[in-house]
Amino acid sequence: MQSGSTCQLTGECRLPDRATLPATLYKELEEFIAQLPTKEGHLVTVLHKAQSLFGYLPKEVQQFVADYMGVSLAKVYGVVSFYTFFTMVPKGKYPISICMGTACFVKGAEKVVEAFKEALGVEVGEVTQDGKFSIDCLRCVGACALAPILTVGEKVYAHVTPDQVKNIIAEY
Amino acid sequence: MTNLQKSRSTIEEQYKAKQNRPRIVVGLGTCGIAAGGNKVMAAIKNEVASRGLDVDVDFTSCIGMCFAEPAVEIGLPGQASVVYGGIYPDKVGQLIDGHVVGKKPVTELAAIQITGGAEPFEGIPVMEQSGYYAKQVRSVTSRLGRTNPESIEDYIATGGYAGIEKAVAMERLDIINEVKKSGIRGRGGGGFPTGNKWQFVHDAVGDKKYIVCNADEGDPGAFMDRSVLEGDPHAVLEGMMIAGFAIGADEGVIYCRAEYPLAIKRLNLAIEEAEKMGLMGENILGTGFSFKIRIKAGAGAFVCGEETALLNSIEGQRGMPRVRPPFPAHKGLWQKPTCLNNVETFANIPFIIRNGGEWYAAMGTEKSKGSKVFCLTGKINNTGLCEVPMGITMGEILNDIAGGIKEGKKFKAVQSGGPSGGCLPTEKLDLPIDYDSLISAGAMMGSGGLVFMDETTCMVDVAKFFLNFTQLESCGKCTPCREGTKRLLETLIRITEGAGTAEDIPNLERLAKVIKSSALCALGQTAPNPVLTTLRYFRNEYEAHINDKKCPAGVCAALLSFSILKDKCIGCGVCLKACPVDAISGEKKAVHVIDPAKCVKCGACVPKCKFEAIVKA
Repeated sequence: MQSGSTCQLTGECRLPDRATLPATLYKELEEFIAQLPTKEGHLVTVLHKAQSLFGYLPKEVQQFVADYMGVSLAKVYGVVSFYTFFTMVPKGKYPISICMGTACFVKGAEKVVEAFKEALGVEVGEVTQDGKFSIDCLRCVGACALAPILTVGEKVYAHVTPDQVKNIIAEY
Repeated sequence: MTNLQKSRSTIEEQYKAKQNRPRIVVGLGTCGIAAGGNKVMAAIKNEVASRGLDVDVDFTSCIGMCFAEPAVEIGLPGQASVVYGGIYPDKVGQLIDGHVVGKKPVTELAAIQITGGAEPFEGIPVMEQSGYYAKQVRSVTSRLGRTNPESIEDYIATGGYAGIEKAVAMERLDIINEVKKSGIRGRGGGGFPTGNKWQFVHDAVGDKKYIVCNADEGDPGAFMDRSVLEGDPHAVLEGMMIAGFAIGADEGVIYCRAEYPLAIKRLNLAIEEAEKMGLMGENILGTGFSFKIRIKAGAGAFVCGEETALLNSIEGQRGMPRVRPPFPAHKGLWQKPTCLNNVETFANIPFIIRNGGEWYAAMGTEKSKGSKVFCLTGKINNTGLCEVPMGITMGEILNDIAGGIKEGKKFKAVQSGGPSGGCLPTEKLDLPIDYDSLISAGAMMGSGGLVFMDETTCMVDVAKFFLNFTQLESCGKCTPCREGTKRLLETLIRITEGAGTAEDIPNLERLAKVIKSSALCALGQTAPNPVLTTLRYFRNEYEAHINDKKCPAGVCAALLSFSILKDKCIGCGVCLKACPVDAISGEKKAVHVIDPAKCVKCGACVPKCKFEAIVKA
């Protein structure tokens, strides 16, 4: 499964430094868990929230969720690793997500991915050294009629061709 | 008389008054927004304010003509309203000058007109007769692009919540019988008769029952459910409420994929509004019936579209399928009897209850009743959303609605049913579309995504794409799917890389059949379909890859070679500069050559040559 993150769509990435995940965010997560009617069945919801706060779900955050939800770290990791939306590595400041659904594929999305990889010098799932961009593939955003589609943060680009890639990067 | 009946007449009057005002409406579905709809909206508001025009500015969802996005509709009192296509901010001034100030439609930008009983304008196709809509019906999509999806008033004024109003006065079994009479089958792909499913859940013994709406539209190339959720969210809520009343449930969950943030936003808003009006929550319409709905966002896993995996995901687990039986109708969410239908099915229910099962059953074929929403994508002229009666042929959809293949190229295949479906060739264009005919052709209805492919598509490469998808999305619980799809994919990769052998085709066929008959859930059971259908209809392409080491469509890089035609090359040197690996050499004004040892077959040189001197074979 690929990696991907909710914050790419919601734009709520706060990109904390791995070493100093802010206590305020943990506090907010703790409060979010406390206001849930039950803990049962809300693990995915809590992880969504955690990822929107931290930008990603490193082991420390997973451990925190496990403790507060009263489940094992293995269970949390099992869920995090199962769903493509959850990511255990931080994303770039401007996460680039290229749709690889059928319609986009038929219209040449693969060439767009190649163009980004070449222009940024990183592979899919990686972040550029300066932390500015990351490349991911999305399954389908449901805007197939405008294929190929990609998103940079919240902004959606339609009918993208490999030639446009340099200009898109230059916008940021 | 209930409160709803009282307020309905007021709401209807207000809605009529709204329609009788000069208005500009912008299409703001995900597709419209992706095409730049928000910027258009801002430009329109700006123009209207700066000129001090007396005109309402509103928004709607996607009318279905995604190819014409961003779309803007302008209507003046007593006149037909005109939908304009391809309206970018720079065209806004012209539109307002012409249609709003000048009171004459801007014919050259117009896509269609909706007469609403008024005299049609000359030179603009009337919606019902236009190429895109002539063969369509608009039932479950009737509000899409016509009403404001964030306004409960718009919904009520167009007959909304009349279904639940009627249902709560009926006997529960009568409601189920009406659904049975309609003949509607699950619109999510399986095609199980909805009425029968409701009956099972109704009959199941349990202290608590659930209604679950599957809005995890994971099939790439399918966006019907997104369009309905974004364009008519209340219809889905109303359908779920009717189901809840009929089977005796007081709680509903919508499992919506997280990739659809706008749909989730509009659903939340719709729930809030419905609760405010007393149409949801405790004691609905004073009948003692209580029903609440909450939304559960998915987290990106295709397999969660499978009903039992979806239930596990709602419970906060890894979304892996359960062994059936027991079926969800008996042991579903939290082991309670659960009625699980998809978005389009629920959205049809209010129409069926309001108009009667027979009205619905009058559309469609003997075994597949009603209408179906399809998404048209790929290499066609008109990409978008369409609703057609069951039984229409694939050819009618391609040629009449989709406007044929783009750039005059030749049609090769249509992929129906997403990664679980199959690719159908030209010979199958006469096939009347219904659940059973598609299955007998090796494909399936799926949720309704149709991806059209032209002659430049390699079918082995397409099969590889789908297997790559299902292999990545396989949850790993059962061996046939986990290992089998991997082996299928490896074989396909080998073939596209020119290392295929004569045994590959029979091996693919055998393995595909084993997976089909032994996988645990529908994902695995249908995963081999793309391989089996491409082998059935495009076997010659496999053979060309394996025996002749050629890719007839010119897609598989390992099987291509590029060369420069001596008699066409003038030695301009453009290709030489375009080559990223310096594989092209030659003096100025002399014939250039490509070094096959250096060439990475990227094809960058081909479009650069103005003399069509570079050929790939």
